[in-house]
Amino acid sequence: MSDKAPSPSRRRLFKSLSLAPIAIAAAGCAREADKPAAPGAAAGGYRPAFFSAAEWAFILAACDRLIPADPIGPGALQAGVPEFIDRHMQTPYASGDIWYMQGPFIEAAPQFGYQGRLPVRDILRVAIKGIDAHCARHFNGKNFAQLDHADQETLLKSAETGKLELENISSREFFNQLLNETRMGYFCDPRHGGNKDMAAWKMIGYPGMRADYANWVEVRDQPYPLPPVDLAGKRG
Amino acid sequence: MAVVKPKVDAVIVGMGWTGAIMAKELTDAGLRVVALERGPDRDTQPDFAYPRVVDELEGSVHRKFLQSLAKETITARHSVKDTAVPYRQMGSFKPGTGVGGAGTHWSGCHFRALREDFNLRSNLRQRYGTKFIPEGMTIADFPVTYEDLEPHFDHFEYVCGTSGKAGVLNGARIPGGNPFEASRSREFPLPPNRNYLGAELFYKAAREMGYSAYPIPASNASAPYVNPYGCQMGPCNFCGFCSDYGCLNYSKASPNVSILPVLRLRKEFELRAHAQVLRVNLDKERAHATGVTYLDAEGKETEQPADLVLLCAFSLFNVHLMLLSGIGKPYDPVAGTGTVGRNYSYQNLNRVTLFFDQSVQANGFIGIGGGGATFDDLNGNQLDSARAGFVGGGVIWARQPGSGPIRGITTAPGVPNWGSAWKQGVKDAFRHSFYYEVQGACMSYRSNYLDLDPTYRDAFGRPLLRMTFDWNDNEIRASQFLVRKALDMCKVLNPKALSGDAKKAGEHYDITRYQSTHTCGGAIMGSDPKTSALNRYLQSWDVPNVFAPGANAFPQNNGYNPTGMVGALTYWAARAIREQYIKSPGALVHM
Repeated sequence: MSDKAPSPSRRRLFKSLSLAPIAIAAAGCAREADKPAAPGAAAGGYRPAFFSAAEWAFILAACDRLIPADPIGPGALQAGVPEFIDRHMQTPYASGDIWYMQGPFIEAAPQFGYQGRLPVRDILRVAIKGIDAHCARHFNGKNFAQLDHADQETLLKSAETGKLELENISSREFFNQLLNETRMGYFCDPRHGGNKDMAAWKMIGYPGMRADYANWVEVRDQPYPLPPVDLAGKRG
Repeated sequence: MAVVKPKVDAVIVGMGWTGAIMAKELTDAGLRVVALERGPDRDTQPDFAYPRVVDELEGSVHRKFLQSLAKETITARHSVKDTAVPYRQMGSFKPGTGVGGAGTHWSGCHFRALREDFNLRSNLRQRYGTKFIPEGMTIADFPVTYEDLEPHFDHFEYVCGTSGKAGVLNGARIPGGNPFEASRSREFPLPPNRNYLGAELFYKAAREMGYSAYPIPASNASAPYVNPYGCQMGPCNFCGFCSDYGCLNYSKASPNVSILPVLRLRKEFELRAHAQVLRVNLDKERAHATGVTYLDAEGKETEQPADLVLLCAFSLFNVHLMLLSGIGKPYDPVAGTGTVGRNYSYQNLNRVTLFFDQSVQANGFIGIGGGGATFDDLNGNQLDSARAGFVGGGVIWARQPGSGPIRGITTAPGVPNWGSAWKQGVKDAFRHSFYYEVQGACMSYRSNYLDLDPTYRDAFGRPLLRMTFDWNDNEIRASQFLVRKALDMCKVLNPKALSGDAKKAGEHYDITRYQSTHTCGGAIMGSDPKTSALNRYLQSWDVPNVFAPGANAFPQNNGYNPTGMVGALTYWAARAIREQYIKSPGALVHM
């Protein structure tokens, strides 16, 4: 593909301008490990259409723990991961479009995968409610987003290993889906709402959607030189 | 009341590789052919057009080119004692859908089977004695030989513009190719592709270990090419979107690129997309097919009468259609009777990943599906099964079909799954690691088979296919042996870290983890109608005007990717139909 950058669309220009202060804010609070994420603060002004206010607060806090801002690269909030997840939950994929969803729903060994009847978006919803209820019981009425970072991380770890007992849902299944969504939002093409400014691609050195490496297959002595390009043709 | 269409000479169920080959061959012979494809029509333009096609989220997460399990899937269990549950989310294998089928989203590895893969059972008995094959292992000889198929292997490679290097040409060994391969009658149509770093280092490590590495035969064109049908291919640009994706560049052979451009112009050929075949219709004696019943794009039940029915669906769904339609007798693993569903086998895939420091530019995002390097020193007759402790060898290879961060970044051992340490881990690994794989054979067993599920149904009300499959000790030992060899070889390259995933003793088949789409067997070809569903021409023993080409015909799976063999077998069957069946319809093999 040609390396000429098409002029960025007005929408993208607007987005990158609106992101600038947030990027600074997110980087600035990276070291303040004990402060809970302020709901709505670092989401680029995006207003969720799928998640409720309580769910949104959870998503922001959890994403911030899973991919925190640090000197290595952008955090999930800076990269727009919550926006991605909220938008992704509204796609046919998240409502079970490509999953077999018919019963009966019976328990099976883990090698057969998730056998419940919830699609991704309801796995997230049901589990978020369950975790917030768990937090309220164990942390004086606080929800997950109101806990300090260390407690949030402990809870996420116990969900990751499946030790966290939730009603109606396997915490491990929830964690796997949430982590997947978070990583997808971090690394997706920006058109899906995440990976703002292709920052996650730049962090790992992914050239994005160039899809033509004929002249670099046999180069060994220098790093791939070109910055990423997204599906809209914008250069990072 | 079903709509009844005018009768045709042949109806083809499924428009992937086997369907396209059959349609080409049978229209060449002057037959009127209707092809019914359950998915949408697809072509390079507009479906695989850049840039939209390389959206990883749509391709590898939403799986837009693959079958939706919401409509059709299978159920799975480990043994006859268990209750099967649905394959609800795609994991272990990825059937395609739409025109081109899995032939659009394959990688391009295009092997011929070894000569000894054809007579596996008798070869093992001859080499190691009649008691060597374990009880319950139901491996069998193919009812065809390498020599039978050689012209068809050759032709299919020329149709696909396969890039590679012959190792044995008309009986003479030539440098650079696989010294253990059966003799070829011609050099590959195109020279090998260039090597990315992982493949280049593979040659180095293999040389030091005394292995004879050679270029993987790749149906990813190394140069501009025009195939014998006049279809054109462009050179692969290493875009890194092979597996899961249609090729944006006319570089990866597919039914869409390599055959359909000719078929689409033929008056004798009609393609109906969104045509979901429900069953093959048989006469009262279940000895003759009268055609098929399908749902058209609007969901109207439609009957397509035909003299000849060609089951060209994905291997699992060929078996499914035979079981649903009552073609042949279903296999009963307890009594050991029946044939349809028998000898289901798979592929024994394992991976080792090598991590290097920042000075090593592995660039895994540069990708070519079938390109890379492999060796056969542990495959076929090169493997001493008595010493190794298992039968069926395998290959170790460098393959780099292209990675992107949505498809997953393998991190070095010890890196957590999230947090700052994970970020550092993916940053370190993404451009500076690569992997080699072990692709082992998978034997067939009395206990691994396919039948109809008693409980679960598809979107059309039909029972789902039920897969009963688990790893046997033989495959676990093969995995451990081959992964150990791969790790030994990797150490030559001094990686900073190394990970390998050999199967553990007693490990069960995990259907959630992608391994391979090489599902084989279930309607196998053989020389005895008591133990095989198809004869040597892939013709149903029970309903002779039904043919079922595909990997379903393999009595067991070897260490190679199946597509080369599937294509060759389909051309072989098509020739038998053209030269024998059309003149005198009926059974081509008499017992």
